[in-house]
Amino acid sequence: METLLNDFSPGLFIMQTILLLVLIALMVKFAWKPIMNAIEDRESGIQDALSAAENAKKEMQNVTADSERLLQEARSEREAMLKEAREIKDKIVADAKEISKVEGDKLIAQAQATIESEKKAAVADIKNQVANLSVEIAEKVIKEQLSNKDKQLKLVEDMLGDIKLN
Amino acid sequence: MRNTFFKKILIVVALVFGAHSFAQEKEHQSNDSQISGDKEVADYILHHIKDSHDFHFFSYTNDANERKHIGFPLPVILWTSNGVTAFMSSEFHHNDDGHVVVEKNGLKFAKIHSKIYELEAGATKVSFDEAHHATNASKVLDFSITKSVFGILLVGLLMLFGFSSLARQYKNNTIPKGLGRVLEPLVIYVRDEIARPNIGEKKYRKFTGYLLTVFFFIWILNLLGLTPLGFNVTGQIAVTAALAIFTLVIYTFSGNKDYWMHMLWMPGVPYLIRPVLAIIELAGAFLIKPFSLLVRLFANISAGHIVVMSLIAIMVTMKESMGAVGSTALSFGLSFFITLIEILVAFLQAYIFTMLSALFIGMAVAEHDHEHTHDEKGHDVPDAEDVRGDFI
Repeated sequence: METLLNDFSPGLFIMQTILLLVLIALMVKFAWKPIMNAIEDRESGIQDALSAAENAKKEMQNVTADSERLLQEARSEREAMLKEAREIKDKIVADAKEISKVEGDKLIAQAQATIESEKKAAVADIKNQVANLSVEIAEKVIKEQLSNKDKQLKLVEDMLGDIKLN
Repeated sequence: MRNTFFKKILIVVALVFGAHSFAQEKEHQSNDSQISGDKEVADYILHHIKDSHDFHFFSYTNDANERKHIGFPLPVILWTSNGVTAFMSSEFHHNDDGHVVVEKNGLKFAKIHSKIYELEAGATKVSFDEAHHATNASKVLDFSITKSVFGILLVGLLMLFGFSSLARQYKNNTIPKGLGRVLEPLVIYVRDEIARPNIGEKKYRKFTGYLLTVFFFIWILNLLGLTPLGFNVTGQIAVTAALAIFTLVIYTFSGNKDYWMHMLWMPGVPYLIRPVLAIIELAGAFLIKPFSLLVRLFANISAGHIVVMSLIAIMVTMKESMGAVGSTALSFGLSFFITLIEILVAFLQAYIFTMLSALFIGMAVAEHDHEHTHDEKGHDVPDAEDVRGDFI
């Protein structure tokens, strides 16, 4: 202890105190302050950049989710549209069938009616012609057979038989 | 560019001091001063541990049997009974036992065991008593640029140069280059591993400047002490005392209300015990803490120097029993190994000093949240817990 105290140099102690004070002051002013500020600025810059990247990532995820959802919506919409179109097509086809059937039936009925009336007209015509022919024949026969009474009778009878046959 | 400028300064400094070099000086009385015996080895080591008034590299004996010393003198500045007196240390001619008396300013000075004494008026020669204490001379206040002060100045300049160049680099780019790339992680290390966890997130900034300065100051000086230049600055008790007192002053003046409350009138303990605790706490804060700081650093560094030098001295003391080659090999192996450990110790002691300073400051400025009560006996408990929490 005595040697320790003997070794203690008050002059060196004072010099060290003064020099250390000066050194601390100079170091703080010229070194530590600018260094600390620069390092902290850099660290906060890095922090900001990291959080910005994190935000961007989240946003990106949101965007992807959005587009995924939109795609899904579009797909289901297309699905619905196709289904609707198919239904409409089926309905149109069914309707058309129905209508054409009705129309056809109507046409057939008309045609039948026309055929019937034509037939009737033709029959009537034939009847008229037959009557005319009969009259003409009868005229001719009458003209020829007016002299022969038997032949006249026989002719009439034949004719009547023909008519019956007809 | 800056590096070459710095080298130029160093060369100029070397030339200025070199002009006074005592390479030319002769010392006749100690032709036999080559170190050989155990006693001389011990004296040499103890002499080295002490501060010195001149910068001595090595000595040798030339062919003419003259002892020559290579080194340069340093200025001696004394506060004497007659005001400030200054001269170069070369005037003592390497004498360290009071035989050479220097007369300056009407006063006479002698150097005994690295201390400068002022002779009483009328005395021409120092006289000693049986215990080899000077009887007619007294110590003066010595503001000399001793070897230690020279080392402090050198390290201060190195630090200012290195770190201000790092600081300047940040003006142009955010990531430093060259030397700055080495220094920046160290600065961040001190901030993040020493200042921040011990002082706390809110207040560490204010004290980081001091802690950084002290850390690098001690570390570089410790490392410088391992070089053959033979600095032993952090092994000077005056230097470590000044450092410890800086820490003491800082934590005493930045201590908050809680700190003083816990020191002087501990809450949560019986009233009768409080004054006793106050005495213990005061002794702890003003004596034990700074004393532990100053002795730890001083003792570790001095011990390191003594061990390394003792191991080197094996070369001399074991020469007879082991032969020159054996003793040299043993000495080299052991001292090499210890020097490696000393490099670790150099960092470790700087770290411990800074770390404890930060811890003491942290205890003084800690904000006590009053949720956890000071149930048992120690108010240190919450502080210690805070620190542990931050370390993980």
